[in-house]
Amino acid sequence: MNERDGTGGGRSTTDVTAVLEDSAGPGRRGRLAQYLPAIVAFLVVILLWEGLTRLLEVETFVLPKPSEVMTSFFATASVIWGAGYRTLIEALGGFTIGVTLAVVTSLAAARWVGFRQGILPLAIAANATPIVALAPIFNNWFSITSPFSKMGVVAVVVYFPVMINTTRGLLEIDPAEIELMRSIAATPSEVTRRIRIPNALPYFFSALKVASALSLIAAIVAEYFGGPQDVLGQYIINRANLFQFPDAWAAILVASILGVAFYLLILIAERLLMPWHVSFRSTE
Amino acid sequence: MGKRVQKADDMSASVVAARGVGKTFGSGPEQIEALRSIDLDIAAGDFVSLIGPSGCGKSTLLRLIGDLVTPTSGSLSVNGKPPDEARLDRDYGIVFQSATLLDWRSVQKNVELPLEIMDFPSEQRPIRAREMLELVQLAAFADHFPWQLSGGMQQRVAIARALAFEPSLLLMDEPFGALDEMTRELMQQEVLRLWGETGTSVVFVTHSIPEAVFLSTRVVVMSPRPGRISAEIPIDLSRQRTPDTREERRYFELITEVREALRRGEAGTGI
Amino acid sequence: MGAGTNRRHLRTGISIVALIGVSIVLWEEYKVVWSAAGWDWPVRPDNRTMPHAWDVILTLFQPAQRNGPLFILVEARAALLTLREAFVGFVFGGAIGFGLGVLFVRSRTAERAFMPYVVASQTVPILAIAPMVVVWGGRLDVPQWLTVSIIAAYLTFFPVAINTLRGLRSTQATALELMKSYASSRGDVLWKLQVPTAMPFIFTALKVSAAASVIGAIVGELPAGFRGGLGRDLLQFSQQFTAAPEKLFAAVLMAGLTGMSFVGLVALAEHRWVNASRRQTT
Repeated sequence: MNERDGTGGGRSTTDVTAVLEDSAGPGRRGRLAQYLPAIVAFLVVILLWEGLTRLLEVETFVLPKPSEVMTSFFATASVIWGAGYRTLIEALGGFTIGVTLAVVTSLAAARWVGFRQGILPLAIAANATPIVALAPIFNNWFSITSPFSKMGVVAVVVYFPVMINTTRGLLEIDPAEIELMRSIAATPSEVTRRIRIPNALPYFFSALKVASALSLIAAIVAEYFGGPQDVLGQYIINRANLFQFPDAWAAILVASILGVAFYLLILIAERLLMPWHVSFRSTE
Repeated sequence: MGKRVQKADDMSASVVAARGVGKTFGSGPEQIEALRSIDLDIAAGDFVSLIGPSGCGKSTLLRLIGDLVTPTSGSLSVNGKPPDEARLDRDYGIVFQSATLLDWRSVQKNVELPLEIMDFPSEQRPIRAREMLELVQLAAFADHFPWQLSGGMQQRVAIARALAFEPSLLLMDEPFGALDEMTRELMQQEVLRLWGETGTSVVFVTHSIPEAVFLSTRVVVMSPRPGRISAEIPIDLSRQRTPDTREERRYFELITEVREALRRGEAGTGI
Repeated sequence: MGAGTNRRHLRTGISIVALIGVSIVLWEEYKVVWSAAGWDWPVRPDNRTMPHAWDVILTLFQPAQRNGPLFILVEARAALLTLREAFVGFVFGGAIGFGLGVLFVRSRTAERAFMPYVVASQTVPILAIAPMVVVWGGRLDVPQWLTVSIIAAYLTFFPVAINTLRGLRSTQATALELMKSYASSRGDVLWKLQVPTAMPFIFTALKVSAAASVIGAIVGELPAGFRGGLGRDLLQFSQQFTAAPEKLFAAVLMAGLTGMSFVGLVALAEHRWVNASRRQTT
């Protein structure tokens, strides 16, 4: 049934959901109930972590206490959220550029077979490379302190999985639907508009979800190759080099929150644009 | 050798004996009574078809015989033993509607699968596998892969695999359901030939009245859920059946008999 | 493998080469056109910022330092170092992921107990915290290569676990009944049926993880003090950009090739184990 061709689109997010639903066991207890054990486990871990580090008087540099992280989180709030804002801009900017280019390329690849045959394998191969390695090049091209240097990296990182998945979505159509359209003399662009694009939307959003997580991480990692002081990546690495780990963790907490927020934004957009989709039907 | 020592009653009258067998799935208000009060005897060498409307439990009954499902009431014996013992003794081979060949193994290796699991000596496995493939006339395809074979050919491999360890009983669950009519008729002829050559008892689940009549020594007609046996019709056509048998008058009479039994079964529920 | 597949591969290979060629042509064209028009945006077309493609290749085959070994060899050595760390982590992470998949398919209780932790592990953006983890490890006197390997293992085990579980469960119901009819042992069912069925899924995860491991290794090498890997070289040549931009491009090229080769190796293994001519038969 499924041809496993190793694109993966980053991480197989939809696969995870399927497996998790499998794991949840009998009875549909609702999404929240499904994730309850995980949430409880998380809280238990935090409590144990705090308790043990206090009890055994563990040094901060060995393992910081959650309380220390939270203290730093609130104490340095203006700094880390400011840095978070800058990094978010890089992530969003790169995301937008990458996604736009990906969509344009996908439409072209769906239209022209020759182009597709060349670019798709290249994209799959490129997806296997450490794209963040481009960061130093962009730093030199666009100045190390400019957000554009990081946006460039994010754009390239995001481009490939979105392009690969959207192309697949545009092409994996039931041939019967195409034949139906042809039988009523629809033009190729009508076919694209009425069949291919709606079919591609689930693939597209699945890729966007992956891309949203990737863009924030890519921005931070790109910053590790060099950047202004007041971005998350540089802040984290500076604090870490000074062994101020609670500060670094507080900044990472900001990154995680921003990542979740970004992901939720995509989810909302998905709901709005694809209300008909199977995965949203309540009975299943 | 893989087969355990058989008990002395190999020669017992019934290869399969069911008394008051019932199967209910689930519990509480949502439970489904698939089978009720099944009494059935299948003698050695019989070819028995189970036929009935969808949901009448014929596949369930087959799986009860194979110990793939356990009965909730009544008693069932296979080769004079409880079904689980029969399964552990590897007394039967099974063929499903989908060939269920392992697509990473060659045709020959697929036939060798049960032999591997049953610890047949490794030198003997290829020999036995080839024998079976010759029996179903697919020896030339031994090194091919399942995807290279047509549906009918895949089913023949599945049958070869089911007979590879010479079980005394063959269970078949609508094995030709996915094939086209012409291939079906050829396969039916094949199965009859194999049945004749190996002397295996066969329990055959089908939807098709002509198929049931053509193949069997006896047709067991089942009624809609909860499945009961509404009629058993002995098929007195000659033992040697050929394509010409399909044009005999007796053949059509028997088809009508089975059809009417099915209708009565569907109409007269509650007995 | 039929002639059709070979032809398809050949066509794909030609298309890739053609596209690479086109890219190089576009690169040089950009330089020519932008230089002629005097444009500066988005990237300056001069040789300092955009070295000629040919110069980059040439740099690879020149000595890195006066009378020293060829640049390409030096970079290859660095790449191997990075690759070793990635590989060790990849193998461990893969084994753990596979083990978890098998455990979860065997025991529903184990799955319900541990799956939340497995999922929770992924809420930590390990790539983003990789340098911090390396510094932390250094403070605890853990050898740097070990920390980096652990990061690679962390990146690998989750996709492998999830895909193993999914693959092991994707067997046909009738196939399981068949094995039951043979009175198979659990081990037989696992190794003769479930694991081979899962292999395509597992290899998909392995390819993704291979790429991620290399990235994790490079990023983990970034903190100060790490010597010899690709990450450090990238930083170093970034600083030397104004003097010798070709070196950075060459190093980036090597990094890209390293990632691709690792994934390619996994794909090659897949080719052997998952029997390329195998298709799904329903």
